[in-house]
Amino acid sequence: MELTSVEKLLIKYNNGNTSLQEESDLRDYFTSEFVAPHLQEYVSVFTYFTAVKNDTYNKDILLKPKKFNNIRRKFMSVAASIVLLLSATFVAKQEYDRFQAHKKLAQITKGLKLLSNQLKKGEVALANVYSYKTTPKLKN
Amino acid sequence: MKESDFLKLIKPFKDKVFRLAKKLLVSREEAEDATQEMIFKLWKNKEKISDYKNIEAFAMTMTKNYCYDRLKSKQASNLRLVHNNYKEKETSLEKKIESKDAVNIVHELVEQLPEIQKIILQLRDVEHYEFEEICAIVEMKPTAVRVALSRARKTVRNALIKKQNYGIN
Repeated sequence: MELTSVEKLLIKYNNGNTSLQEESDLRDYFTSEFVAPHLQEYVSVFTYFTAVKNDTYNKDILLKPKKFNNIRRKFMSVAASIVLLLSATFVAKQEYDRFQAHKKLAQITKGLKLLSNQLKKGEVALANVYSYKTTPKLKN
Repeated sequence: MKESDFLKLIKPFKDKVFRLAKKLLVSREEAEDATQEMIFKLWKNKEKISDYKNIEAFAMTMTKNYCYDRLKSKQASNLRLVHNNYKEKETSLEKKIESKDAVNIVHELVEQLPEIQKIILQLRDVEHYEFEEICAIVEMKPTAVRVALSRARKTVRNALIKKQNYGIN
């Protein structure tokens, strides 16, 4: 392609007015070996476009990935809820045991207090007896 | 529609879907996931497919919208940060060793374009779509598409000249 026509096409290209055919001509020119020095920047631009087009999707196409995912997700949610339930009951059981122990302790303490109170009463009474015994007898 | 028919149907444009997704999402893994998701969505709607005049344009629009959603979601924005330093590793680039750096610079410049300009540049200069098809894919008027394309091309070129003149990297 002649340089003048290339330059004309480039103006059109930069204004977004080139046809696909014209763009293909430009691509051919800029990926060839002889490019005018003052147009060098276009070489990398067109090389880039060509290179990008070589990138392809190489992974296998799965037509039923969602279903598999769903089953898995459901299974996971069931498993998660079971774990949650188990841990909840475990914690609840522990808390309940602790509560029961506290209750028992309180009962025992209460019982012992009661007992000691009664014992104190007895002690006081006994003290009276002793004091009676030790009191010197009145002389007539 | 049988699986084999469907695979035959999507074969001509699955790479285009992938490349558009990669242009927008940057990372290869994200783009592969997006492509798989698009193909699966098409397969799920295989009964309706025959109603569409242009399945390819429809698939490309779907991809564009899907990638926009991904970019909007926080998850994707985190991924984008991770892949900011992502480098192209095209074997075909190796052949042009002397211009390889320049090509990488073009890649970086294109990355900096606004999303819509990126898409239109990709559709036109990489995938060689006709203007009517691009209008259908991006759901824009022809003049708007041309303006965006022109801006994208000029921005890349001017930035490139600037870099070459000043040697700024």
